[in-house]
Amino acid sequence: MAKGYQRPSTLLDRPWHFCPGCNHGIAHRLVAEVVEEMGMVEKTVGVGSVGCGVFAYEYFNFDGIGPSHGRAPAVATGVKRVLPDHLVFTYQGDGDLAAIGTTEMVHSAVRGENITVIFVNNTLYGMTGGQMAPTTLTGQVTTTSPRGRGREQGFPFRVSEMLATLEGAAYVTRVALFNPAQVVRAKKAIRKAFEVQMQGLGFSLVEVLSACPTNWGLAPLEALKFVEEKMLPTYPLGEFKVPEGVKA
Amino acid sequence: MKKEFLLAGFGGQGVLTMGLFLAYAGIAEGKKVSYVPSYGAEMRGGTANCLVTLSDREISSPLVSDPGVVVVMNQASLLKFEPVVRPGGILLINGSLVHRDTKRTDITSYFIPAAELAAEAGLPRGSNMVVLGALLEATDAVDPSGTYNYLVKTFKGKYLDKMALNMAAMEAGRQFIRQQRAVRQASIA
Amino acid sequence: MSEPILMKGNEAVAEAAIAAGCRYFFGYPITPQSEVLEQLARRLPEVGGAYVQAESEVSAINMVFGAASAGARVMTASSSPGISLMQEGISYIASAQLPAVLVNIMRGAPGLGGIHPSQADYFQSVKGGGHGDYRLVVLAPSSVQELIDHTVLAFELAEKYRTPVMVFGDAMMGQMMEPVVLPDTEPYPVHRPWATTGMKGGRGPNIVHTLYLPADKLEQHCQRLFAKYAEIERNEQRSVQYLTEDADIVVVAFGIMSRVARAAVEMAREHGIRAGLFRPVTLWPFPAAALREAASQARLVMAAEISMGQMVEDVRLAIQGRVPVTLFNRIGLVPNPDEIFERIRKEAREVQLVNG
Repeated sequence: MAKGYQRPSTLLDRPWHFCPGCNHGIAHRLVAEVVEEMGMVEKTVGVGSVGCGVFAYEYFNFDGIGPSHGRAPAVATGVKRVLPDHLVFTYQGDGDLAAIGTTEMVHSAVRGENITVIFVNNTLYGMTGGQMAPTTLTGQVTTTSPRGRGREQGFPFRVSEMLATLEGAAYVTRVALFNPAQVVRAKKAIRKAFEVQMQGLGFSLVEVLSACPTNWGLAPLEALKFVEEKMLPTYPLGEFKVPEGVKA
Repeated sequence: MKKEFLLAGFGGQGVLTMGLFLAYAGIAEGKKVSYVPSYGAEMRGGTANCLVTLSDREISSPLVSDPGVVVVMNQASLLKFEPVVRPGGILLINGSLVHRDTKRTDITSYFIPAAELAAEAGLPRGSNMVVLGALLEATDAVDPSGTYNYLVKTFKGKYLDKMALNMAAMEAGRQFIRQQRAVRQASIA
Repeated sequence: MSEPILMKGNEAVAEAAIAAGCRYFFGYPITPQSEVLEQLARRLPEVGGAYVQAESEVSAINMVFGAASAGARVMTASSSPGISLMQEGISYIASAQLPAVLVNIMRGAPGLGGIHPSQADYFQSVKGGGHGDYRLVVLAPSSVQELIDHTVLAFELAEKYRTPVMVFGDAMMGQMMEPVVLPDTEPYPVHRPWATTGMKGGRGPNIVHTLYLPADKLEQHCQRLFAKYAEIERNEQRSVQYLTEDADIVVVAFGIMSRVARAAVEMAREHGIRAGLFRPVTLWPFPAAALREAASQARLVMAAEISMGQMVEDVRLAIQGRVPVTLFNRIGLVPNPDEIFERIRKEAREVQLVNG
């Protein structure tokens, strides 16, 4: 009898460095599964980031690059222009993508670069100890918004909604991982994004809402509830842009 | 043999093009060549000048402080560059636009009615070609046929009529210098 | 050999890159190097390559990082302020040991400075610029033909040593035209078994990265890098000398300034002053031993540069206090030869080589 749960060949057998209850491991696994299921392992280049995703290349069993903070979409652009028939994706957190790397992310979309961005949004800088990010919720306490994010710290950055306004962005969606049904949906979104890329339709981005129990000061289950109850009102799930001819 | 040509005017007068003609003529004769354009931040309408050096030997510095031949296509360039002509050198002036006398007596100056000659030759915007012809005649720097070859290359088959007009304008410039020389010879005699 | 053609320095860089097998260029417009971009935007698609105009120099250098990782021969070009923005990426490229060629058509600075010729990025590129322990090979051509030859050489050195190489030009060299001959030799081969090109053929994952969290691993990484740099220092120092054998005054200058200095040396010789020119062709590795040897009988060494005095520090280190080292410098322009000559004459009087 086949086991119901197996490690995909695209994921190396290594213990995660992630905190207990962190959703990064699930996001990594979904990406690895889709690469395997699409039969792209010999033609995939993953571009990591700086932050909790910094060791992505140590887990994936395919070629990988560790770029500087925020520049992953530019690095991926360089790779994709040289290897146009390869699957090229970046894996970036919100500190990396929505702050220091905003320019590279937006302009990759403006150019309609045929790459996919996996954007893991957990509302703060996880690796450096839970500082405020552009994605931090209004009123949310972090180590650099100790009285809660207020008017002086600005407002949550809705990356997906913004990117959906760009012609070069072909597929933009926001998914979450707070229950099994959401995980299944997230995987489908990643598959769709990769297929959009391989069809040469343009830039694709999958925003994945992710729990950070450690920096939120919550137990793992409470953190999942936080995503559902506190994040969804600011970051609603759904497809913001789907290319013509692709089923929404 | 090493000769430097400083060509100056305002943007749009074809000064840089004159320099290119000279450079190509030099290459055609197997000379060492350098061409240094000066440029401003603005794209159009500013001052334009270039310094062309032709030499039999490797060119050390592409810049010199006292070029032997200077062309000024407008009044501002005359004020700026008359003082730098090497003693014994040649100053060619666009007489159609410059209406003030020269001060130097240790150089040979020519006022060329470039616009009038160009119009007569059928190329009203060809003042630069008239002055280029004059320059070729007034100096023995290059064989004029080198520039003709460049013209042939530049205009390829398409603009043969334009090429003929350009050559006519250059010829008018050469003719003018020959006349001037004859007049000056006569006055000395 | 093909017929010489008249070419602008910036265009020559672009054509040289194509001749050297470069098919990918990522850049951002900036005066006075924009013709490099314009030429490659036209030419690269013709030869099966790609030109991508980045949204900034920060992005451009990271595209270079990606393309080099993916196994491509790749280049970017900019001018001083743009090169400043690339420093982060250069540090990463050096650490990841990626072959890449960078061209700096230098302009006046600091700040927005100006668009005039300059050599004031010497410290930035020769001494560091980005963070951490790395070295950048820096070549200093002095003519349009050498811009071509050194661009080709830069690709070769980058490939051979898996390291970024910078070619220095300046606003004047980028804009000036001289007759050139393009190389017709085969490009140096690209062999990158480490490149991230997909795990074809059953190999394990190739990883290009620069993170070494355990302290001992970082130390080992830096030691590997510096063993390579030592090899470059042994093998790749280049310099040119002119009339230095009996020179009392040795002028040291690179790039366009070496051309002017050479003319000044010729003027000095005509006036009976025994002057010579030492021209570093590689700025890193700096040809210190060759300079020390060239100046062994000199009474004075004079660095000439278009900056407030940067290379002069390497000249002093090379000369080791054996004779006085002085500086001739201008900012915002390439001086005429007679300015340097007058300075040589003044110095000659002071060290009593000639009478008042």
